[in-house]
Amino acid sequence: MSDLLANLPGRHLEAWHYTDLKALKSFAFAAPAPAAIDSALLPDLAMNRIVFVNGFLDEALSVLPAWARLSSHEATKSDLPLAILNAQHRQAGIAIDIPDDVDAGAILLISISQAGAPIALFPRHRISLGRNAKLTLIDIAQGEGVYWHNPVSEISLADAAQLSHYRLQDEAEAAFHTATIFADIAASAAYESFSLVLGGQLSRAEFHARLGGAGADIHLNAAQLLAGTQHADFTSVVSHDAPHCASRQTVKSVLAGHSRGVFQGRIEVARAAQKTDGYQMNQALLLSPHAEIDSKPELEIFADDVKCSHGATIGALDPEQIFYLRSRGIPEPEARAMLIRAFIDEALAPVTHDQARALLERAIEGAWSKLVS
Amino acid sequence: MLEIKNLSARIDDKEILRGIDLVVPQGEIHAIMGPNGAGKSTLSYVLSGRDGYEVTGGTATLNGVDLLAMAPEERAAAGVFLAFQYPVELPGVGNANFIRTALNAILRARGEPELDAVAFLKRARAEIKRLAMPEDMLKRNVNVGFSGGEKKRNEVLQMALLRPRIAILDETDSGLDIDALKIVADGVNALRGPDFSALVITHYQRLLDHIVPDYVHVLANGRIVRSGGPELAHELEAHGYAGLEAA
Ligand SMILES: Nc1ncnc2c1ncn2[C@@H]1O[C@H](COP(=O)(O)OP(=O)(O)O)[C@@H](O)[C@H]1O
Ligand SMILES: [Mg+2]
Repeated sequence: MSDLLANLPGRHLEAWHYTDLKALKSFAFAAPAPAAIDSALLPDLAMNRIVFVNGFLDEALSVLPAWARLSSHEATKSDLPLAILNAQHRQAGIAIDIPDDVDAGAILLISISQAGAPIALFPRHRISLGRNAKLTLIDIAQGEGVYWHNPVSEISLADAAQLSHYRLQDEAEAAFHTATIFADIAASAAYESFSLVLGGQLSRAEFHARLGGAGADIHLNAAQLLAGTQHADFTSVVSHDAPHCASRQTVKSVLAGHSRGVFQGRIEVARAAQKTDGYQMNQALLLSPHAEIDSKPELEIFADDVKCSHGATIGALDPEQIFYLRSRGIPEPEARAMLIRAFIDEALAPVTHDQARALLERAIEGAWSKLVS
Repeated sequence: MLEIKNLSARIDDKEILRGIDLVVPQGEIHAIMGPNGAGKSTLSYVLSGRDGYEVTGGTATLNGVDLLAMAPEERAAAGVFLAFQYPVELPGVGNANFIRTALNAILRARGEPELDAVAFLKRARAEIKRLAMPEDMLKRNVNVGFSGGEKKRNEVLQMALLRPRIAILDETDSGLDIDALKIVADGVNALRGPDFSALVITHYQRLLDHIVPDYVHVLANGRIVRSGGPELAHELEAHGYAGLEAA
């Protein structure tokens, strides 16, 4: 895979101005080999599950319903450098097809990387929901060692379909994670996504969502909890191509140590997309004087009757609030954790699925030690 | 017993407390009155451990234990409670979760068993009723969107649930109408007993008609300039602090 690193996007590209992939060049990534994992690594969730280990479907650990199968489908063309790399080195991924009018419940998609020596993974997943179909997808990435996980997910929702997509990026400390999510959303369909970003030395989640039919609705929320020298980038392009669509993005970054968060959000409103309701809020909580947030909201509006707003704030924990909590007996680390949890609450609020919620809450609790010590 | 001896403190280079002597025996309620800027809030913050104050001399102990050496949360576990003059808003933190976390932190620090959510809510609902607070006050975010009076009552709710040994109430009466004032006073009076004492800071004698103190002290210019029985509050109400500040 020696040609792999020749075509990385560089910082001269506007979309890559804040995130530098050159650290990838320190490693000679090899193609992954199958590995066995201990089933104790899997979260205890009673639901269908798709388990990938090093990019290979683990059939023994997976519980696949009829509507999910392993697939090496053609990649949809894209001009995004990382999507092109993914297409070139494409590995099999999951293909999910929910028929019209079926409520498929919830499924876990977990990608576990076990890297002895550095490996690179390029899975391509496809998730299609028929008219009025419903699915909750809990999408977890985790692993050990040095690896580069560069998944692409192609999501398409037919009229009135509803997908809740809960992503937990809990990669190894030394890992690179660059995910691209394409979402095509038809009339009255809803794509609700929440990403919790905890792991990796360098990561990016890049969403390209198109609201293609009237009344389509999208939530792209995220919380990035970073420490040390972690770098995490949330990039989104939401295209309103039809009237009466709503998009909501609430992205919260909690940054300790020397970590760095990036938010780039663009809302494009086509001429036909009258009555668009677009909202974008990006907030950062800096826990250290060495942490940094880069925020770039963009609005590109060609329709005249729209409601679009965006805002960005940067702040620190409030000493008055900390003292108030401590004066009630709550030790300082716990007080800080409570205030951080309160800070990300708004981003987490739309996650109503009980099991997803509990899983994410546990993962957040696991992050306190790195943030408040 | 709260014992304050010759306590001096400053903020930056400004001397605010200039040798306070005050003893509140267990079971007693003492009032502190005094003009604006006398140092009443400063005293309450120094006793509860807020950052930014430098204690330049003296001691403060609770039942013989040095308060000044402890972190704020340790003082809370030891039984100190401050009802804030300006309660702090905590957006995103539910009130019930906040108070239960506090109570359990205190119980844990004392080596006592914690309270589960059900048992806590039962207690909290009973207190809410007694304080004539709306039920949804437990569900709302801490002090967010509360009226001035609701914030003060929320302080009293916390006090009732945390059951301190010494409560410092910093102008808890300000901004309350007479009905709310009575409710707050009832809340304090309900805790009266051999294991509870309080330092009631107020500007007005009005509150002391409902929480009758054992002693009244006048704090002016960083010192206790007079002490007396409840009748001292009436005297101050009639004549003001003018004559005292020079003392
Ligand atoms: N953070 C602060 N920085 C500087 N001066 C302060 C600060 N807080 C209070 N002071 C001053 O200390 C004095 C006492 O204030 P305070 O204790 O609030 O009085 P009281 O509660 O009796 O009205 C006042 O002169 C006030 O201006
Ligand atoms: Mg005051």
